[in-house]
Amino acid sequence: MDNSKDCSIYTEHIESGKRKVTLSLTVNGRKVVRDVDPSMTLLHFLRDNLKLFGTKEACGEGECGACTIIMNGKAVTSCIILAVEAEGAEITTVEGLAKGGKLSILQEEFVSQDALQCGFCTPGFLMSSRALLDHNPNPTDEEIIEALSGNLCRCTGYIPILSAVKRAAERERKELGR
Amino acid sequence: MDEKKYSSKYKRVGQPYDRKDAREKVTGQAVYTYDLELPGMLHARCLLSPYARARIVSIDTSAAKALPGVRAVLTGEDSDILVGLYMQDKRVLSKGETRYHGDVVAAVAADDEETAERGVSLLKVVYEPLEPVRNVDEALEGKILVHDDINELKHYVGVFFPQKDSNIASWNKSKKGDLDKAFDEADLVVENEFSLPAVAHVPMETHVAIVQADPFSNKIKIWASAQSPFAIRQIMADSFHISETDVEVHIPYVGGGFGGKAGIHLEPLAALLSRAAGGLPVKVRATREQEFNQLPTRAGMRGRIKTGVTKDGKITSVKAVYDWDSGAYADYGVNVGKTAVYSGVGPYAVENASIDSKTIYTNKVFSTAYRGFGHLETHWTIERQIDILSQKLGIDPYEFRMKNLLEPGCQTMSGEVITASNGSPKDCLTAVVKEIGWTGRKSEEERQREWKTGKVRGKGFAMLQKAPAMPANTATAVIMQMNGDGHVKMMIGAVDYGQGAITALAQIAAQELDMPIEHIEISSEIDTRANPYDWNTVASKLTFMAGNAVIKASREMLRKMKDVAAQALRTDPDYLDHADGVIFHRHNPERRLTYKQIALGYMYPNGTGIGGPLIASGSSIADGLTNLHPETGQGYPAAVWTFGAHAVEIEVDVETGSIEVLKVASAFDIGQVINEKLVYGQICGGVLQGLGSALLEGYKFNADVQLMNPSFTDNKIPTLKDIPGKIVPIYIENPQFNGPYGARGVGEHPMISVPSAIGNAVYDALGINFHVLPLSPEAIVLGIQSGKKSILCTDVDCLPGLH
Repeated sequence: MDNSKDCSIYTEHIESGKRKVTLSLTVNGRKVVRDVDPSMTLLHFLRDNLKLFGTKEACGEGECGACTIIMNGKAVTSCIILAVEAEGAEITTVEGLAKGGKLSILQEEFVSQDALQCGFCTPGFLMSSRALLDHNPNPTDEEIIEALSGNLCRCTGYIPILSAVKRAAERERKELGR
Repeated sequence: MDEKKYSSKYKRVGQPYDRKDAREKVTGQAVYTYDLELPGMLHARCLLSPYARARIVSIDTSAAKALPGVRAVLTGEDSDILVGLYMQDKRVLSKGETRYHGDVVAAVAADDEETAERGVSLLKVVYEPLEPVRNVDEALEGKILVHDDINELKHYVGVFFPQKDSNIASWNKSKKGDLDKAFDEADLVVENEFSLPAVAHVPMETHVAIVQADPFSNKIKIWASAQSPFAIRQIMADSFHISETDVEVHIPYVGGGFGGKAGIHLEPLAALLSRAAGGLPVKVRATREQEFNQLPTRAGMRGRIKTGVTKDGKITSVKAVYDWDSGAYADYGVNVGKTAVYSGVGPYAVENASIDSKTIYTNKVFSTAYRGFGHLETHWTIERQIDILSQKLGIDPYEFRMKNLLEPGCQTMSGEVITASNGSPKDCLTAVVKEIGWTGRKSEEERQREWKTGKVRGKGFAMLQKAPAMPANTATAVIMQMNGDGHVKMMIGAVDYGQGAITALAQIAAQELDMPIEHIEISSEIDTRANPYDWNTVASKLTFMAGNAVIKASREMLRKMKDVAAQALRTDPDYLDHADGVIFHRHNPERRLTYKQIALGYMYPNGTGIGGPLIASGSSIADGLTNLHPETGQGYPAAVWTFGAHAVEIEVDVETGSIEVLKVASAFDIGQVINEKLVYGQICGGVLQGLGSALLEGYKFNADVQLMNPSFTDNKIPTLKDIPGKIVPIYIENPQFNGPYGARGVGEHPMISVPSAIGNAVYDALGINFHVLPLSPEAIVLGIQSGKKSILCTDVDCLPGLH
């Protein structure tokens, strides 16, 4: 994560007695400008402010991966990132995966391989998988395991998730020419 | 999934449909209680006891109450409400004495979570720390009582047996035959002790409830991440002295349960806070730390078992004592303990046996249902003991089991006679032993040779059995309605929190009604005002019981459809048949009506209508079960047994102690596969949860009985890196006479006996018998270093508090 940004670039102001910072970023292809509390996490910004409830919190400590989103091409745990750190960032959440009213190949494979049960960890797994396949369209099993080992799932035993990501990679190479 | 080739004789039952809830869950559209926001909703935070046992001397709430944004502050002085499933032993808010580190001492509701948290930090409590009851031995001494009012506690009489002036919440017993004589006559008698720690369920969505309780009426509205909407309704009504119709319970999608969300948890506290805050809805959500140290867990257990055998390998006698470290409250723990008395010798025919199972109060996190409901624990004892017996007898462990497994004509521990319709434990064992390529135990020579390479392989296997642990009169129901387009809408009272039950039930309806599964709508969301009753979504009984209710409803629906169609077609209903969404005359098929034409009533060409909207229902109640005899434990507790077996191959690194699981073969006699994809999911998930219990999970307490690992950092669960090299599922289909299409439940079973199979494989690899879980790298290395052949609690870094 790029921590080199100087905090002074943020314009801070007071709004009804509370410190606020103006934040602009792109979420699922849509430009967003909002005034936020500088202590707000990116997860809370996405959920409470943008009402994107697909991203979940399951530990709040960056240990389980349920809140994973893609920020500037990287899978990150949004519960331990401040919203202000996303200034100018390109963000994709689970809501941004299906396009034109059609599930993405990755989502289709999660469905067909039964890579989910309760579904609470699923958005995080989808985003970690998406980030992996964006960088590595032909991952080995070991590379998938490494990329997804920060995401916890208590239902599936992971094996169907591994199958889904493998099959999605194969289909994306074939159908999207990746 | 590509390699599996299950094929079904049915058109819809047995087909691998995608789960119905999948699309909503991959798009982020699925709404969980955690996601819900209601108008005016407040957020609550709790102050938990910092001591395992302490007297609350005083609480000063004035600063918290004065904080702007705080709407309600409650302590035990504000409410005496008691809750409990089988024992009414738990105060919603502590008063006088706290009983574990997670007991709620006070709660604050405020405009937002941060304010509630700040409110909690302003509470000033003076405690007088008291000596806690640390483990089952201290508890059984009985010098300190966790509940000094145990003699007066309201409980389920005749099923659970709290012992006077003790810490025993329930002492359940079973006995049969002449045990003393059998031990005297046995050629070999072997006694062992096995134990395992408390383990957390770890649902990804932590416990959360939103409650709106009108202070001016009895009305209480609940939205909860829970498995038991109707149990919540009943307990809330009982505890708040209101009627069940005053309580409405809504269950949106649930982010995992595994038994931990059965019964009632945060709902009463949220109700009290809502009333105190003038009826605004209040959301109480556990943090991950609270999920570990406040919400209930699986009990730690110690099993002491003594077995008598003949020299040719026939088990003649078993005496087992199971002590459950159930923590501060009984919750489901007493019912978990009860399962041990009818299932505590495993799937074996034993003529002389006694079992004592004590659910014991200590000052620890309390325990509840957890996938397997006591069976992973008892089977750790039973299946390791069986393996040790076969070592001592010098008989192959496969042969030894085959000589003793239940078969038609044998009696279970509670005296139930097994028939072919119960399924076959032997088929399961034979299948997995073949799959793993078992050729007998490793010789000491082979072990030594492999040891030099630093890695030793071992194979092991274990049996399992489980029947639903539920009241003898457990029931469920289904309501089925036809929409105007001829599609069907079904409502059930049980919750699909990921098992796939709604998909399986839709398949059964689709099969019965002969219509596409896409035309069957069944919501996983429950509203107790509309959905019909279900006891609890637990015990792997949903597909079995609700499946039967769906069949009944479908047949009633067809009967009603045929009645209307017969009138419209001017014939007798008996001459009508149905297929592909059409009712037709058997001998003259062009005399036909589509389901759609009669869905809301048939209309004649002149506009006259007959029939009306089609609606049907089906109920299912456990058949022929009885309460167990209080002294002998004899009776009929099992609506449906599911037998199974696991076989594993592992590789132990003798330097690091780490165990790599190369292969798991798992067979279950499930009678009939309803959906292979979903069963496979239950097996993969259950096996990995079992491997968590086998290899890495477990609560650690310090000397003050404080939980030392309430986080994902310190309480690891398996990740993708921990999956076995291969899981081979094997479906045995000896049909159950009263199962839907012959099917039995299999939700919990894949988890049971995974630790036992691993423990047996560790013996095969190392020639060392481990008696304590988890088989962590530390435990394995300490075990090897000890130079002993039996590794007990005192030999490894055992969890303080269990003993």
